[in-house]
This record gives sequence, C-alpha cells and structure tokens, in this order.
Amino acid sequence: MFIIKLVLKNSVRHKLRTFLTILGVAIAVMSFGFMRTIVTAWSAGVQSSSENRMITRQAVSFIFPLPYSCLQQIQQIPGVTEVSYANWFGGVYKDAADWKNFFPRIAIDPETYLSVYPEFILPADQFAEFKKERNACIVGEKLAREHAFKLGDLIPIEGDIYPGRWEFVVRGIYRGKDQSTDETQMFFHWDYLNERMHVESPGREGLVGWYILSVHNAADMPRVAKAVDDRYQNSRSATKTETEREFQQSFVSMSSAIINSLEVVSYVIIGIILLVLANTIVMAARERTKEYAVLKTLGFSARHIVGLIAGESMFIASTGCVIGLGLTFPMAIGFAKAFPTFFPVFNVETITIILAVAVALFAGVVAALFPATRAVRMKIVDGLRSID
Amino acid sequence: MSQNGTMIKVDHVTKSYRRDSIEIPVLRDISIDVPAGEFLALMGPSGSGKTTILNLIAGIDRPDAGKVIVNGTDIALLGESDLARWRARHVGFIFQFYNLLPVLTAFENVELPLLLTGLPRKEKREHVEAALNLVGLGDRIHHYPKQLSGGQEQRVAIARAIVTDPTILVADEPTGDLDKVSAGEIMDLLDRLNKEFKKTIVMVTHDPRAAEKAHKAMHLDKGELTT
Repeated sequence: MFIIKLVLKNSVRHKLRTFLTILGVAIAVMSFGFMRTIVTAWSAGVQSSSENRMITRQAVSFIFPLPYSCLQQIQQIPGVTEVSYANWFGGVYKDAADWKNFFPRIAIDPETYLSVYPEFILPADQFAEFKKERNACIVGEKLAREHAFKLGDLIPIEGDIYPGRWEFVVRGIYRGKDQSTDETQMFFHWDYLNERMHVESPGREGLVGWYILSVHNAADMPRVAKAVDDRYQNSRSATKTETEREFQQSFVSMSSAIINSLEVVSYVIIGIILLVLANTIVMAARERTKEYAVLKTLGFSARHIVGLIAGESMFIASTGCVIGLGLTFPMAIGFAKAFPTFFPVFNVETITIILAVAVALFAGVVAALFPATRAVRMKIVDGLRSID
Repeated sequence: MSQNGTMIKVDHVTKSYRRDSIEIPVLRDISIDVPAGEFLALMGPSGSGKTTILNLIAGIDRPDAGKVIVNGTDIALLGESDLARWRARHVGFIFQFYNLLPVLTAFENVELPLLLTGLPRKEKREHVEAALNLVGLGDRIHHYPKQLSGGQEQRVAIARAIVTDPTILVADEPTGDLDKVSAGEIMDLLDRLNKEFKKTIVMVTHDPRAAEKAHKAMHLDKGELTT
C-alpha cells in the first residue's frame, strides 16, 4: 500500500514532465494502434475468407475472362457442391477524383452468388425484387449509408471496361453477417451485362471474370483445384484454382511493400515509446538516488526499491496506454468515415488492443530495468554521497 | 549487549576505498568499545574517517578487516537482506541534511521504518504520534518537509530514527546544517534521548559545543585514533 502511495506521489512530483511523458506514450500507442488497424484492415478480406470456398480464374491474370461454358463442367467435378460466377464491372460513379465514389461494382448470378456467400444477408422480399428486374442491383448497408441510397434509387454509372451509360435500380440493401463482412459493394445481374455485350460489343458476351466454387469438404480442395485446372490445362482458357484465402492473399501481396513498411513503422513506434519512457524513468531514478539510499538505510530491501521504480514506470506506461487506446477508436472511426470505401472493414481489432497493451507494459518493464538494477546495486554510502 | 556491558565493539577495523586504481586508506586498525547507554562523539578533520566508522557501526558499509559487533552481533557476517533487517530493527540513523522524503508528510516520513514491521495500523499511528510529540512536533504531523524549518526537519528525522525504539542511534553531523539555536535544541533532544531513554548514541561532529553534550569524545586523524 505504501509503495503504491509513494509511486503515485513520485509520479506527480514533476507534473509537466510526467504529463509530457504520458502524452508521448499516448500518442505512440495511438499511432501503433492505428498502424496495426490499417495492417489488419488491409488483410480483412483474407481473414473473412470462407474455409470451403475456392476461386477459379484465368491462369495468366485475373483480368482475362473465362468462358461461361465452363460453368457446367466445373459443377460436375466431384467434391464441388455449388458454383457461381462474377465479373468485375468497374465504371465511374459521379466524380472519379473523389475516393468516396469508388466502390466495387460486380456483375453476379443472383441465385447462386448469394447462396455461396451466405454472409451477405438480404431480406427475402428484396431478393425477390432484385431477381425480377434486369437492371436491378443490391448495395451493402455501409455503401447505402454513405451515399444515401434508398430502395428504388437510380445509380448511374459511366462504363469504362464496359463502355456506355449504365443505370441500376436499387432493389435491395444487404447487411453483413458480422463486422468482418464487406458492406461496400454493389451487385447487379450478370445477365444484364451479358445481354448488352451481346448487342453492343459482340465477342465480349458469354464471358465471366471468375468462378466461385463451394466445396463440401475443405480437405478436398487440393484435389478439386487440380481437377479443374487439369480440365483446362491445354485449352485457350487455362485456369488457376485456389482457395478463397489464397485468392485474397494474392491481392494483399501486391501491396506487401506498403504493409511491410507499416509494420516496420509500428515497431519503430514501440522503440519511441520505450525511449520516451526510459528517458523519464532514468532521470527520475537518478534524481532520487539519495532517497533510495535513505530507504535502504532504514531497512527497505531491493524488492521495495524495484517496486518504486517499476511502479512509476508502469503507472506512466499504463496511463499513456489507456489514453492512447481511448484516442485510437475516434481516430479509426474518423478515418473510416473519411475513406469509407478505401477499407471496406476498418475496425480496431481485439488483437490490436491486446498488442498495444502488451507493448506499453513491455515498455514499462524495460524502461525500469536499467535504473532499477542500478539502484539495487548502488552502495548505500555512495547513494548518500550523491548530490540532489 | 555483551556480558561486560559493551554495546558496540569496533575491533581492529581497517577500511580503504578505491578511486580509479588508487587505494586510499581511510581507517587503520581502529578499535573502539562503546558501553550501553554511552553518548560518544567522534571528532576530527574532514577525511579523518569518522563518518566511515559511523557507517560501519550502522551496517551501511563493511570493513576490509576486523569486526564490528553491535549488541553481540558481528554485523560483517550478515548477508545483504539480513543486514537490511538488522538495520531496521537496531539502528536509528540521523543525517546531517535530514534526508526526509519530500513527497511525504512529517507523519508519513516518521512512519516509514514502521512499515517494515508487522504492527497494526492503529499501533503504528500511536508510535508515530508519540515520536513526533517527543521531538515537539505533535502539531506539525501533516506538514511536508518544505513547510518546516531546518531544525524542525531534523527533529522529524530524529523522530523517524527513534520511532522503532532502536538499540543504537547514530548521528552524522546532526547540527551541521543548523543555526546555533536549532543546533542547541537538537543537542538537548539527543541528550534527553540518552539520559531519559538510555539510548546508546554515536555522533560524528565538528562542533565542540555539540561534543560537550556527549559523555566522551574521541578524535580521529588520518584514519587513526588520536585520543
């Protein structure tokens, strides 16, 4: 009890110094939390991948389409329970320079797509409306909120990959099963796209971007992947089949340099926390050398001295950590609002909080290590001779 | 206390300090016997080794050779933890510059040594108040050191030294930082602790007036006893 009381009294002895150190730790923890949130948001697609979904795409690149005719052949491969398909549409909504107007627009087969992606939850009546109308679309709740889309609204898109003016009517707003589900996408009928291609760009009809395969047993995946890819090995449309996780990971890998940089920066921040804190604790312990010598003279043990120094270090580190984490949440919310579709899922994960707390406590312990060792090893007579 | 009434026995003690590669002898074959209830003043010029003897007696330093026996215990044989416990139980230390913890009140400073005992809170409070009343500061218990005069700070330090009722009191220039009046008050207080409470006191001082209060004065010069 006395140690805690003395730790608290010592901590506020130099109010400005303690305040600035706590502020430094708080800013560092906030930056660390924010960086880690970006890193986790970047790989959110990988994290939310289904364990029993696979993707089949053109072997050379994702941007080359596959024939629609593969559908039935893939469906017949043993182990595959359901197959759907999709096409990246692209296009421009309003001002292309504004990041808010960028959101994924994907042509799908409504019936099978929502079946292989059960995490997109659409009310039955809206699903029925969506299926009925050729140029109907559904949008995620987050996207609808951002652009104030309502049922019945018309979304005009200027096509780029598929030129021309396209108009979609919002017939449904889906929500995600959980926080990790992307609610920033727009889905419309592949048939609508295909029919217009048939009329406007003959030769581009009957093509899909990729196939989504549901597999009954995850253990079958390597065999299914081999079966699909072997089937098209010597055709004009050689395929590459991989798990959904691998498929998502390939996108993340494209920006691995950025992610690695962010990770390095987050580790540098740990170093900064440590230096800020260690500087204060070393200074404080040095100033109190004589007091530690007096306490030792009175019979206080090394354990008490370590408790005083480590306690002060932990107090500052944990206070800074609490404030820093408190600031991380509004910062993440602000960022998510400013760039709503940049990261479809941008949440401060529990693991980020655990890491930030662990980092702050680690810094607290390490910062106290040197001054505590020095104070314990110090001879009483040397300590009493020290100058205040 | 030994059977012949000796409270402190410094027996052929030698001590030197090493500064860089040079060894500086501080005490050369010193022997002192202090009977129980004695008030001994150690005098001598700066660097004569008087504070070193005090530190050895108080168990905050160790001799290179010889023995320091206090109340029958050869303290040089004790390990660090045992020595810390021994100090807490047997020694009351009074410093020249008081060495109170500035963030603690007079009460809390005096309470410090009692925190190492298993005394109940109520008893601790009674002991602290008794010690502060004895030194005449019963009305200043909630004052911080910076709110007290030098003489009052030293009295708080004396209260801290006596609160555990230690076997011996060691004082290193207790009046060295005080004006004449305050110094007189402190010496009266030490005299009272010796006479009334039978405390064995070893005091280092430069001040002949302070030494007059002691029963006996010993002089050191260059690490050797001269008288």
